[in-house]
Amino acid sequence: MSLWKAIVTRIGYGLLLLLAVLVLNFTLISIAPGDIADSIAGDMGGADAEVIEEIRERYGLNEPFYVQLWKYMSGVFRFDLGYSYFFNVPVTEIVLERLPATLLLVVSAQVLAIVSGTFLGVLAAKNPRGILNAVVTFLALFGFAAPVFWTGILLIIAFVSVIPIFPVGGMRDVTVEGGFFVQTLDLLYHLVLPMVTLASIYLALYSRLARASMQEVLGADYVRTARAKGVPERTVLYKHALKNALGPVITVAGLQFASVISGAVVVETVFSWPGLGTLALQSILARDTPTIMGILFFSSLVVIVFNILTDIALRLVDPRIKSG
Amino acid sequence: MTHPLLSVEEVVVDFETRAGKARVLDHVSLEVASGEILGIVGESGCGKSMTALSIMGLVPDPPGKVTSGSIKLEGRELVGLDHESLRRIRGKDIGMIFQEPMTSLNPVFTVGEQIAESIRLHENASPKAAMARAVEMLRSVEIPEPEMRAKAYPHQLSGGMRQRVMIAIALACRPRVLIADEPTTALDATVQAQIFDLLQDLQSEMGTAIILITHDMGAIAELADNVAVMYAGRVVEKGRVETVLSAPEHPYTKGLITCVPHLEPDPPIEREVLMEIPGVVPALTELGVGCAFAPRCAEKIAQCESAKPALRASPDAHLTACWVAEQEAGR
Repeated sequence: MSLWKAIVTRIGYGLLLLLAVLVLNFTLISIAPGDIADSIAGDMGGADAEVIEEIRERYGLNEPFYVQLWKYMSGVFRFDLGYSYFFNVPVTEIVLERLPATLLLVVSAQVLAIVSGTFLGVLAAKNPRGILNAVVTFLALFGFAAPVFWTGILLIIAFVSVIPIFPVGGMRDVTVEGGFFVQTLDLLYHLVLPMVTLASIYLALYSRLARASMQEVLGADYVRTARAKGVPERTVLYKHALKNALGPVITVAGLQFASVISGAVVVETVFSWPGLGTLALQSILARDTPTIMGILFFSSLVVIVFNILTDIALRLVDPRIKSG
Repeated sequence: MTHPLLSVEEVVVDFETRAGKARVLDHVSLEVASGEILGIVGESGCGKSMTALSIMGLVPDPPGKVTSGSIKLEGRELVGLDHESLRRIRGKDIGMIFQEPMTSLNPVFTVGEQIAESIRLHENASPKAAMARAVEMLRSVEIPEPEMRAKAYPHQLSGGMRQRVMIAIALACRPRVLIADEPTTALDATVQAQIFDLLQDLQSEMGTAIILITHDMGAIAELADNVAVMYAGRVVEKGRVETVLSAPEHPYTKGLITCVPHLEPDPPIEREVLMEIPGVVPALTELGVGCAFAPRCAEKIAQCESAKPALRASPDAHLTACWVAEQEAGR
């Protein structure tokens, strides 16, 4: 099966890429001035050079760079990403605890943006002179130009203060009691605003892409063939044309995954969403190097995994894409 | 002529363009009977394909519109029919093959799926039964190993194969009328002959009426029963193929025939006069009051530039729209 071969190849490249990311991250953070010793000393309310030196010795910061790198990398292969100075727990533990929240936010925002963006794009392409086309163009410019944090704050003002129908932040309400179903509903209820905020930028992007791609496809000969066969217009649009027009949307959606994750950092902060973004902010402020590295490792992993999924999706949509 | 299966009467199609209103089809009348092949010839831009699209109810709107006229399939009026009823006719009663087999098939569906789709749509067949019929269609258009080919995507087939698939799609529901819009233009000469043979075989087998749009006079001579010559949106000459090709009356038809090296009309036309037709088809927004062909016509007389000639019958149901021909006939 060429599909399986392609997937295995992609996973191989992905692992190599992950290795490169690890080395690069470690190097960059080592080069940056200041270290955890300064930070701990600061928290202690100041310390003399001797104490700082002692801290450095304890955390192995005095060892040559390559030894530190080696120790770190061999740890990673045992799935040990080090120990958080700041949170006092193993990095893997705290990152894995926060990862699901971020994944939920990122994936739901992407799905919302892709599905509704594509749908709007199709409607706009179907009727290029209609009002919807103007709306999509406006939305696209607006969503693209507005910074996420600003959109988020506006949504909070609108739907928490003015029309109080959504919670201001967080992921669940501790006062809510009930079984799995009730808990899930509560979670989704909290998810709405951050998801919409994060999706807004990408919704704009995907609707423009889908519209352009659909307009091109609707002029294609095979669309005329479909009509000549007596295929109903709805089927012409959503089966014959859309399947051809999806390629660019999927490609760009895959490429945008990294950007969505970085957008999530901002959105999580605005909505106090307990994901990797808030964790990243805390650990950067605390100079908690192992945690920062752990977050970078996992976000790279997520991006690579979703790029492989994008590749598979593209192959499923378009049989002309060759394996390799 | 026997009772027409499909008749196009005085159809007018206008396009709104930036340069003004263009009359793409100007009172076009054609008819085709069951089991007959009607050839439509003319240069690019003469309205051949637009005639086909107007029959299919697929004139791009906007900017195009069937302004007046009537198109009847077995007596049933198609002009002004609602979208849903037209859709039920397309692919079921009237099938169509297009010029570009390379781009006319959807690249993301298997060819079997694309043939089966029309069977599913028009005959309420189950997916399985439709697919079995699709394989049968592939076999009848003489594609080797049809079971395997049904699972192939268009990009895995050659141009000739793809056109066979297009024919299979168009004929899947055994339509009464098949419109073939330059079905072989994009293909190699040897493949062209195969496709024409195939069309002829299928036609005699199914009794389908075929409207063959082409600029290949050779194909018309070989296949068609009747021929209509179109110029600038008008039918300028029509009649039985033998009559029109052996005794063309319109200078444009004469020109088209002399452009074909191996076709000798009887009596022979002076070769030196018209080896090619000088000039090009005029822009449809810039047509004057006279005969549209007059600027390119070697035989034109004063009358040609002041009024449009109408189609007039000579013996053998041979119709020509030409002042010169009329004058000669009157003499």
